Amino acid sequence: MICLKEPHSIRMQLLYMIMIIIYNILMVLKSVLLIKGICMIRPLLVFSALTLLVGAPLLAQAETVQTITIHDKQFDPRETSIPSDTKVKLIIKNQDSFPVEFESRELSREVIVPAHGEISVFVGPLENGRYPFFNDFNHNMTGTIVAAPEKK
Amino acid sequence: MFATAVILFREVLEASLIIAIVLGASRGIHQRGRWVLAGVGTGLLGASLVALLASTASEYFSGDSQALLNAFILLMAVSMLTWHNVWMATHARELRAELTAVGTDVQEGSRPLTALMVITALAVMREGSEAVLFVWAIAAGGGQAVEMSMGAAAGVATGVLAGVLLYLGLLRIPVRHFFSVTSWMILFLAAGLSAQAAGFLNQAGLLPSLGNSIWNTSQWLDQSSALGQLLHIFVGYIATPSGIQVLFYLGTLALILVLMYRGRIKNLFFGYLSAS
Repeated sequence: MICLKEPHSIRMQLLYMIMIIIYNILMVLKSVLLIKGICMIRPLLVFSALTLLVGAPLLAQAETVQTITIHDKQFDPRETSIPSDTKVKLIIKNQDSFPVEFESRELSREVIVPAHGEISVFVGPLENGRYPFFNDFNHNMTGTIVAAPEKK
Repeated sequence: MFATAVILFREVLEASLIIAIVLGASRGIHQRGRWVLAGVGTGLLGASLVALLASTASEYFSGDSQALLNAFILLMAVSMLTWHNVWMATHARELRAELTAVGTDVQEGSRPLTALMVITALAVMREGSEAVLFVWAIAAGGGQAVEMSMGAAAGVATGVLAGVLLYLGLLRIPVRHFFSVTSWMILFLAAGLSAQAAGFLNQAGLLPSLGNSIWNTSQWLDQSSALGQLLHIFVGYIATPSGIQVLFYLGTLALILVLMYRGRIKNLFFGYLSAS
């Protein structure tokens, strides 16, 4: 497997998904059309092996952490930089006495941060760019996540 | 006050519209009203429990567990809607006959009344927990509490009204076409919820995103606009969907269609085999 050096590569993810889809189509065909005599053991083995091969490096990623604090009805900092092409753990601390729904359509994230509470949410790996987010309970509260290549 | 009304309206709207569609789709099934009411009650109870959990044990209720809970609720709803549609595919004729008052009772037994209750409960629970959290914060906040609770009540009432209007609108569809319209609505509703579930599963790190946004149609139809929000509820419109969401959407559509028409597909397949 040459691609293993790049665990985030979309090609690998696609391959993985295509395997799942083929497997599911086989299962549906089997149950719906009652096609007998298709040996399901071999595809199952291939499926499990692929899951392990692709899944293991994905799980073993190192973790980058960024904290965003909410106080006085604002996100602080308003703009958070994170490295692109890396999975990042965002910790969101709410110091206000009002719940906040951290939401971003661009990141497809939606999490409630209770009053005086703290939650964590994973984002990425992201391509370079700006990803706005807002508080769904108060649309005047906005912020941006900026994904840029990591400086070495 | 107005801001509070808008927030509560948006939270209530989705549940209210889903219930209206389901109520329409289950027209002619006896005692469905009682089951839907039971669903609303269960949903409110569940919503309060989730809100309580979120505010007292927030360190355990992280982004991942919230996302997992949401995905679980959504997928449950999708499977219930699937069941309902598959059941309707074989019973629509009897129900139609009953509505025109010439047919007999729909057979007892496997009527999807529990499905009806569970869908309602899940819809109320998912949207309700956010509303409950919000109202609690208002109640605890003091100050403008009275004014804000009036806004909240107005928002809830408007949301429920929207559902009632949709239901009354549905009832105007001629009986002949009624059940095919509602089952198409449920089909797209289920696909949309499934895409949302995929988003949450990706958020929890259980599924790859397969590309963060496959396309971006924000310029044409902003998801936060009124039309965008309505389409999001009805057909699952997402302006910047991830690959996995598109896959789940199409997969759910295909799966429900295959299950609904499995009899016909089987006939086609085996009919062809025996003919040749």
